[in-house]
Amino acid sequence: MSGTATLADMVRGARETGDLNRFIGAIPYARFLGISASAEGGVLTARLAHSEKIIGNPALPAIHGGVVGAFLETTAILQLLWTLDSIRIPKTITITFDYLRTAGPHDTFARAEVTKLGSRVANVRAYAWQADMAKLVTSANANFLITPAEEA
Amino acid sequence: MSENKRLTIADELIRKYVGLIPHVAELGMETVHAARGMAIMKLPYQDRIVGNPDTGVIAGGAVTTLIDTVCGLAVITAPDEPSRVATLDLRIDYLRPATPARDLFARAEVYKLTRHVAFLRAEAYEDDPRDLVAAASGTFMFVRRNAARQKPAKP
Repeated sequence: MSGTATLADMVRGARETGDLNRFIGAIPYARFLGISASAEGGVLTARLAHSEKIIGNPALPAIHGGVVGAFLETTAILQLLWTLDSIRIPKTITITFDYLRTAGPHDTFARAEVTKLGSRVANVRAYAWQADMAKLVTSANANFLITPAEEA
Repeated sequence: MSENKRLTIADELIRKYVGLIPHVAELGMETVHAARGMAIMKLPYQDRIVGNPDTGVIAGGAVTTLIDTVCGLAVITAPDEPSRVATLDLRIDYLRPATPARDLFARAEVYKLTRHVAFLRAEAYEDDPRDLVAAASGTFMFVRRNAARQKPAKP
């Protein structure tokens, strides 16, 4: 689109430098929501910075459920990209969200686990929390269509 | 509550819905149609909701936000007494990528209503409501904070 680096280049760059935010910054929607991430070992922790524009209910106040859902889906995709040696973005087939608690007007964090990695499909569980990791605000379970490394 | 009063409250909720939700107003979503227990909303295409900058296809998460929002509108007008709601769960099947540069629409319908829970189906599409981008089902809980304390209506 821009004639500069493609998304695949960004994934390669992020993997080489270990800086995921180089890649996340290339995704307009992730940038708009205020998502960033860091990786320690193979485990990635994503952060959704709080801002007024992601509020869904100003009376409570609470972050929009769709935004928390989008954050979990993004986290699952980032973890899959990190786990797979692939530069192709996994495609979401199905995703189910359980809304467990209200997400208040604070930063939200998320992690994802690849529960099953098949040759074509990966199952991923993702969960989000705010101040207390033991008190999840939302969890997600998703199936992604993946491209094996040799085909990418 | 009288049917007229219910309609007035429901109409006002429908009219104000987008403006009541900062994130939805920010994205410029619009209510296309709303009736008791059903709603259609539009998410205008815009660069900042793109998930893949190589193709211009919008992020799945933006589809999730549209579907959650349209379900919320269908739910609040469904019961006899319009009420605030909270999403319990939402499942989304992505059937195909959204077409770049096209506005996205979503339609939601309550197919079962109980005292505490509403069950919905929702679909997202561009121009043709039969050519779906995503199909979804969700359950929503009614949040009646004052329900227990409410005094019976005066005769």
